[in-house]
Amino acid sequence: MALEVQIAKELPDFTLDVRFRAESGAPLSILGPSGAGKTMLLRCIAGLERPDRGRIVLDDRVLFDSERRVRVPARSRRLGLLFQHYALFPHRTALQNIAFGVRYLSRADRGKRITDVVRRTHVAGLEQRYPRELSGGEQQRVALARALAIEPGALLLDEPLSALDAHLRSQIEAQLQETFAEYRRPTLLVTHNIEEAYRLCDQLLVLSCGRIAACGPKEEIFQRPPSLEVARLTGCKNFSKVKAISADTVGATDWRCQLRVVHPLDRAAYVGIRAHHIDFEEAAIPGASAENTFPCWLVRSSETPFRTTLFLKLQEPPAGDSPEFHLQAEVFKEKWERFRDRPMPWHVRLSPALLFLMPY
Amino acid sequence: MDWSPVWISLATSVTATLIVMVLGLAAAAWRERHNGPAMALVDGLFLLPLVLPPTVVGFFLLLLFGRNGPLGKLLLRFGQTVVFSWPATVIAAAVVSFPLMYLTARAALEQVDPHFLQAARTLGASEWRVFREVALPLAWPGVLAGTILSFARALGEFGATLMLAGNIPGKTATIPIAIYFAVEADDVQHALAWCGVDMAISLSLLAALYYWTHARGPARWVRR
Repeated sequence: MALEVQIAKELPDFTLDVRFRAESGAPLSILGPSGAGKTMLLRCIAGLERPDRGRIVLDDRVLFDSERRVRVPARSRRLGLLFQHYALFPHRTALQNIAFGVRYLSRADRGKRITDVVRRTHVAGLEQRYPRELSGGEQQRVALARALAIEPGALLLDEPLSALDAHLRSQIEAQLQETFAEYRRPTLLVTHNIEEAYRLCDQLLVLSCGRIAACGPKEEIFQRPPSLEVARLTGCKNFSKVKAISADTVGATDWRCQLRVVHPLDRAAYVGIRAHHIDFEEAAIPGASAENTFPCWLVRSSETPFRTTLFLKLQEPPAGDSPEFHLQAEVFKEKWERFRDRPMPWHVRLSPALLFLMPY
Repeated sequence: MDWSPVWISLATSVTATLIVMVLGLAAAAWRERHNGPAMALVDGLFLLPLVLPPTVVGFFLLLLFGRNGPLGKLLLRFGQTVVFSWPATVIAAAVVSFPLMYLTARAALEQVDPHFLQAARTLGASEWRVFREVALPLAWPGVLAGTILSFARALGEFGATLMLAGNIPGKTATIPIAIYFAVEADDVQHALAWCGVDMAISLSLLAALYYWTHARGPARWVRR
């Protein structure tokens, strides 16, 4: 049971050209900045747009094949597409929306199917309401119920949480996770939110300007991004150019330091570390000779409710008011309170296990 | 008092509006799906009766349906003549009011968010079902406005009707035609009476139009 996609389509700014496979029971997140072609990709799979060439196969069903001139129309693909703004029919009640796609069933089966999907998506009690009487979260659930009611061969979700308020998201996210676990068919989730992608899916596909920049298990991609671009797209903030020095040592030219690394790479051009992986030596270290530990000075800081982002300069104090910095570190407020008043330089440790090297 | 022009006018306008509603909607729905340079020509043809003087439209219709016209000849084979008969008033009224229905219906259909139609397709709906159950209900206020406008235009039709149907009292004499000939014959009393009836019908139509597009319309989609 898998959805195989290999398509190309010319778009005004770039060419969408992708090839991937989404297995049942392993939801795949399609992550990328706005305008990377994510929605277009979903629309091609759903049959709402026509790729220029390629093949789309669900299990053994060929949905699209440019060479064999197969193009199954959207209405016959039986894929559950959840639109970004849900596209609930405003002139139909929630129940009528959910029932729209199950006309082909007998009356008895229809009732059973609807009851089942209403239970699974927690929309009981909303059946008689019109979409405009529903909150954003309720609309999302009704739309999901409507898509699931046709027992789709695959589920395609286009930014399912982006239209929701922050406080609703985690709740809806939990429900989506529950749905994914029960549904067990190929599931694609398009998002530009890194954390959402990570929490909801096991597999990750990073899309950039129509190309696949990375595809695989999410942990691998986050721990060792295959390129600078993927590191950036997955939220990494700290990079430096590197020169190889020995088998396990590189010179980070932008950071003006030498680093020991545990995953050497032949054609390494950059080294990176995530902001929350930067560690501070709280105890003052005389001589600062410990491994990958460097003196640093605070340039400025920026606070969010629970974390503080520190902009740091390595090796020497900032010159006057220069905003120049080398590293962005993220620490919890509690820790920040503990060492904010300590005299500088502080000492950062860039743990070899957390540093990753990338080709250009 | 001869009330026949009122009944003839109403029968003509209602019949013409029903025909125009179906044809105008079909044309608008068809045009929604087709685009291309040739479509400008199609639009021009559809809208021609709106810009041509009604007498010109009537004259063309006379050429088309006359004894030597292509459609006239065809109908004659079945023993039918259209010119100077009641159906002629319907044809004239339908042709001149068609553009109004076509334009309004198209504008209304174009305004429907395509995501709704696409959602319906992904849920397995045929194109006919997408149109009937999604596009049409959502475009309904506009379609209704077009229908009422067409009815008003059909009710007021004079030039083309006179050319094609003439003035046969009790048969083809609609209100506007009866008024014209009453004024010519110095029968002010009849002319005024018919004017009054015409105004009453038109005003109730405008009231209905307002009611349907403002008071009802999308606001219906809230449970009361």
